[in-house]
Amino acid sequence: MTKEPTKAAQDIAGLVRSSLSRRRVLQAAGVGGVALVAAACGTGGDDEAGASVAPSAAAAQDASDADKVANWSNWPLYIDSDDASGQRPSLEAFQAANGISVAYTEDVNDNNEFYAKVRTQLEQGQDIGRDLVVLTDWMAALWIENGYAQKLDKAIIPNSSNLIPKLQGVSFDPSRDYSLPWQSGFGALGWNKAKLKEATGTDTMNSLDQLFDPGLKGRITVLSEMRDTMGIIMAWQGADPSNFTEDQFNTAIEALTQQIDSGQIRQVTGNDYAGALESGDVIAVIGWSGDMIQLGADFGVALPETGGTLWTDNMLIPALAAHKKNAELIMNYYYDPKVAAEVAAYVQYISPVEGAQEAMALVDPALADNQWIFPSAETLASSFVFMTLTPEQDTAYQRAFQKAIGN
Amino acid sequence: MAPVLPSTVVAPAPTAGQRRSRTGYVLLFPGMTWLAVFFAIPFVTLFLTSLQTPVPGKSGRYRFGLEFGNYATALAEYWPAFLRSFIYAGIATALALLISYPLAYFIAFRSGRWRGLMLVLVIAPSFASFLLRTYAWKTILADESPITTFLNSLHVLPDGRILNTSIAVIAGLTYNFLPFMVLPLYAALEKIDPRLIEAANDLYASPATSFRKVTWPLSMPGVVAGTLLTFIPAAGDYINAELLGSTKDRMVGNAIQTNFIEFRDYPTASALSFVLMAAILVLVFTYIRRAGTEELF
Repeated sequence: MTKEPTKAAQDIAGLVRSSLSRRRVLQAAGVGGVALVAAACGTGGDDEAGASVAPSAAAAQDASDADKVANWSNWPLYIDSDDASGQRPSLEAFQAANGISVAYTEDVNDNNEFYAKVRTQLEQGQDIGRDLVVLTDWMAALWIENGYAQKLDKAIIPNSSNLIPKLQGVSFDPSRDYSLPWQSGFGALGWNKAKLKEATGTDTMNSLDQLFDPGLKGRITVLSEMRDTMGIIMAWQGADPSNFTEDQFNTAIEALTQQIDSGQIRQVTGNDYAGALESGDVIAVIGWSGDMIQLGADFGVALPETGGTLWTDNMLIPALAAHKKNAELIMNYYYDPKVAAEVAAYVQYISPVEGAQEAMALVDPALADNQWIFPSAETLASSFVFMTLTPEQDTAYQRAFQKAIGN
Repeated sequence: MAPVLPSTVVAPAPTAGQRRSRTGYVLLFPGMTWLAVFFAIPFVTLFLTSLQTPVPGKSGRYRFGLEFGNYATALAEYWPAFLRSFIYAGIATALALLISYPLAYFIAFRSGRWRGLMLVLVIAPSFASFLLRTYAWKTILADESPITTFLNSLHVLPDGRILNTSIAVIAGLTYNFLPFMVLPLYAALEKIDPRLIEAANDLYASPATSFRKVTWPLSMPGVVAGTLLTFIPAAGDYINAELLGSTKDRMVGNAIQTNFIEFRDYPTASALSFVLMAAILVLVFTYIRRAGTEELF
């Protein structure tokens, strides 16, 4: 009975991800309803709530032992799934082994949109009805900073020691007390090989100089995700996106504005670029690695030689989640290298679990050598994590970026 | 018998008129409740939100305030988006009227037994989601689509493309709101007694004159309703600019969306919504006064 709806939901998610846009279109669809309702009801009484939120998140009475369920919100197509049956093999195995029934919902389509959906409840100290959520670094930072994420009980998550060293100490969660990475990915260059050859005579690309080649005028797009686009431009200009100054950011904004005004950049999009690359309207993009790989062999993907962004989506347990322990058991399960390999083989993003590569080698040696799933130290060295911004910086930089892209 | 009469007069038994008005209130109740809960209350909170002031050091947190400056900031920063919205919506409305009038005229007077089918065809695209229809236009207007290739061979496209230009946004707006123009026009035209037009012809009016003196004035309620139903949603739309436009075609709907979702700047977003609402009200009232169709209201 549950198979059919799941399959249908997956098909829709697949359609949305591949031909529409995961981030932008769903955001567009959601904003009308969700945001307006949030506007109408949300901002009235948050004075008191805002002031009283403690830096550490409130915990609820944990009903995990009595109530063997867990509610998990994740991004679409971000877990292994059997296309024929619509089932999720790794999750099925977890449920069978632990007797916990997991309600897995693919309702995180955009960090900001998801936050808009649950913000009011978080601010008023209510349970958001989810025990596990997956959010990108900067949004995870915002949750931790505001006390919306509960401290993890590492005794229940012994496998958390399998976290790869590169991701262990992050500025927003120095000892990973509140968050564990789910998957990571790169902001990178992507292109349509045949069209690029036609326009510029080569079918490879490794720098922004090539992206900004006049031969590609009006045929390139960049991401509407400020950190990816600005990070890659700053790196191209010689600044360090992990540690930059306001002047360096402004210089990068000038470069972006210039490319937009000249008509070089056709559009600034979310996942939309995938469809545009396929139709040939767009020849090259700044995009996301996993999306590009899923487009297939006719499309190229590479980190710019000056560096690409490395972002991570993190698992968090929201404040007042009713099934904290069950959520922690899920985390522990997915930090088993074998399970991590199973997920990575399907989603084609970077696994944060040490040992997953060895586990993969036993199943599929080709995938174990895939630089996009298991990047070498060398690949990782040519990527960077965007600097953590203070709320004031975040607001100012977002505004500058949005202004440059026409908002 | 004598005492009966005064007792009927003082008795609270409702007269027909009273009963009718009470029935009126009962019938109005669901609608008014709906309006109060889903329009009036959100309207007030939206207005209060537009005056809120940020809590220092907390991104996306606001407290009660009387920050009328939010309106000044919103207008100063986004007046080009407002201007663009009204220009795009205005052009789209004019185009929709030009396309719809002959169509509605044909359906009303000449379609015969095909009338039902033609009306269904007008509405049929609405069965698919607004979002998907707009998305389909990306394919229709793509750089290597027959339309773009043909127009490029005539060298009439300034950028050499349609998609991601203002032309695409206006085309998308026109298409998406076309049924809202056709249906009121059809309803107005269909009510016109054809004998009036025949009479005009009998009195030696040329077809152009009979149209100008008879058909057009009689179809005016449809024209006004249709233009309003097209212009108002088109001015507030942001999907078309988002999917079909470029960074230079952002409309006020996009500005509201960006402030709400990206900046978490709820006061500015609310102020923009309010200004948009007020601007549309002013435009609509001016328009209705000039068009002078009292029978509409």
